[in-house]
Amino acid sequence: MRTTWDRVRDAALGVWAVAALVYLFVPIFIVALFSFNDNKGRFNFTFQGFTLRHWEHPFAVEGLQTAFVNSLVIAALATLIAVILGIGVALATIRYRFRGRTAIESLVLLPLATPEVVLGAALLSLFLVGGVVRGFVTILLAHIMFTLGYVVLTIRARLEGMDLHIEEAAMDLGANEWQTLRKVTLPLIAPGVAAAGLLAFAISLDDFVITNFVSGQTQTFPLFIYGAARQGLPPQVNVLAIALLLIIVALMFLNLAVQRRAGQRDAAASAVLVR
Amino acid sequence: MGGLERRRRLVGYALVLPGIAYLTIFFALPLLNQLWVSLMTGNDVDGFEPAWHFSIYPDAISAYHEQMLRSVAYAAIATVLCFVIAFPLAYFMAFKAGRWKNLMLLLVILPFFTSYLVRTVAWQTILADDGWVVDIANSLGLTGSSNRLLATQTAVIAGITYNFLPFMVLPLYVSLERMDRRLIEAATDLYANRLTAFRRVTLPLAMPGVFAGTLLTFIPALGDFINAELLGSPSQYMIGNVIQSQFLIVRNYPMAAALSFILMGAILVAITLYARALGTRQLREAVA
Repeated sequence: MRTTWDRVRDAALGVWAVAALVYLFVPIFIVALFSFNDNKGRFNFTFQGFTLRHWEHPFAVEGLQTAFVNSLVIAALATLIAVILGIGVALATIRYRFRGRTAIESLVLLPLATPEVVLGAALLSLFLVGGVVRGFVTILLAHIMFTLGYVVLTIRARLEGMDLHIEEAAMDLGANEWQTLRKVTLPLIAPGVAAAGLLAFAISLDDFVITNFVSGQTQTFPLFIYGAARQGLPPQVNVLAIALLLIIVALMFLNLAVQRRAGQRDAAASAVLVR
Repeated sequence: MGGLERRRRLVGYALVLPGIAYLTIFFALPLLNQLWVSLMTGNDVDGFEPAWHFSIYPDAISAYHEQMLRSVAYAAIATVLCFVIAFPLAYFMAFKAGRWKNLMLLLVILPFFTSYLVRTVAWQTILADDGWVVDIANSLGLTGSSNRLLATQTAVIAGITYNFLPFMVLPLYVSLERMDRRLIEAATDLYANRLTAFRRVTLPLAMPGVFAGTLLTFIPALGDFINAELLGSPSQYMIGNVIQSQFLIVRNYPMAAALSFILMGAILVAITLYARALGTRQLREAVA
């Protein structure tokens, strides 16, 4: 039975939850607000009036476009390669048994438990000892390394919820390993793969610490932000940060909608089959 | 059937090998190399020589114990604050939010997708010396003698708490959400009052989430240097600031390498002690 005390407690919980969410969004609101700031001079600390100028010309700052494009290209390539490598590791560790399992598990999980500053310094050391010229390629190599663990964990979560019998049925019906993988397993884990890719893309796009160690002369969006932060960020950076947020949210909803659509199609198909 | 079995095993190896080879070359090898670098002697101008110079480790500790202790303190305080803020939020989302649940979940995840640096710079703007937050804090007498919020440990700890809060909310939410509610009902049916039911049933069942959340917050907080750099001053610098500047500015590679391993060692010790305190079952469930 609900007492007054219960109701007071639930209301307090609700207020606390909303306040916590507001706290999470205060800086994002500030970032969005200052993307419309009609700032005079190069500083963007006080709000001086509303303008759409920065949204119309988001790349009006020297070097910003190159840095932003580099970040997008690196994130896309790192995601693609990490997803390909990650599907293999996730499938193998869930579906097959083999020796050295503990070592493999540690190799996947340890990078996630290692501070970024340690990872970045260690990679730079290796590149220095090996005489590797640092730039686009070394950034890409680093990004594949630190996104791989997240990809494996996300795809594995999907695989663990999957019915093994569907794959066995495909094999019983004469499909070989490769056909089963391509026609049965991959389509089934596709939503997990999409989620993993989105996560890897977002993590890569936002990385500053490790990139700062291995970047050489190459600029990325976070490196540009860090360099500009000393004198105050130009509002164009706010525009791009908010635009990226909106794009990623749109992609998340798209992934959800496609899944829901596929779910309905499957339900319809099984309804027909049952009849 | 032996041939089929072998074939199956080969497919397993073929799938796992590229990813594992990649992590061996770009994760394990750099760390091994870094261990070797930490024992070198020399300087940036004349170059470094392998030397088995183990005394770098005690030297690093005596030179930077202040920053190390500060990192542990800041990370621990921020982790506790994250838990205090996150637990009621996660509890509300799991048990009370009803149809708002998914929207709230989305709102917790969204800050992840705005640049970490941009959000931290936004805190700089919010806490700036001429801003209204400082005015309010001043009139409440919260700022002490400096009349500032920026360049204080309050700002750094608040920044760390803010940045890692979602890492605490999500695992707590997951463990509360998949809890069997009938267990709580059973407890109250058996005459446990609400508080006892919470303490003896809800909280123990949420422990895997508490474990995962505290580690996911504490580990990155311990190595963080962005908050100390953007919201603090050199007197708030943490071990991450030292590693970064020893490596990229001072170019004392052995010192930076040694500090990296001291940091990793501290994390391993913390995880082990914590796992022992909570019991290994939680560790296994948190990892799974």
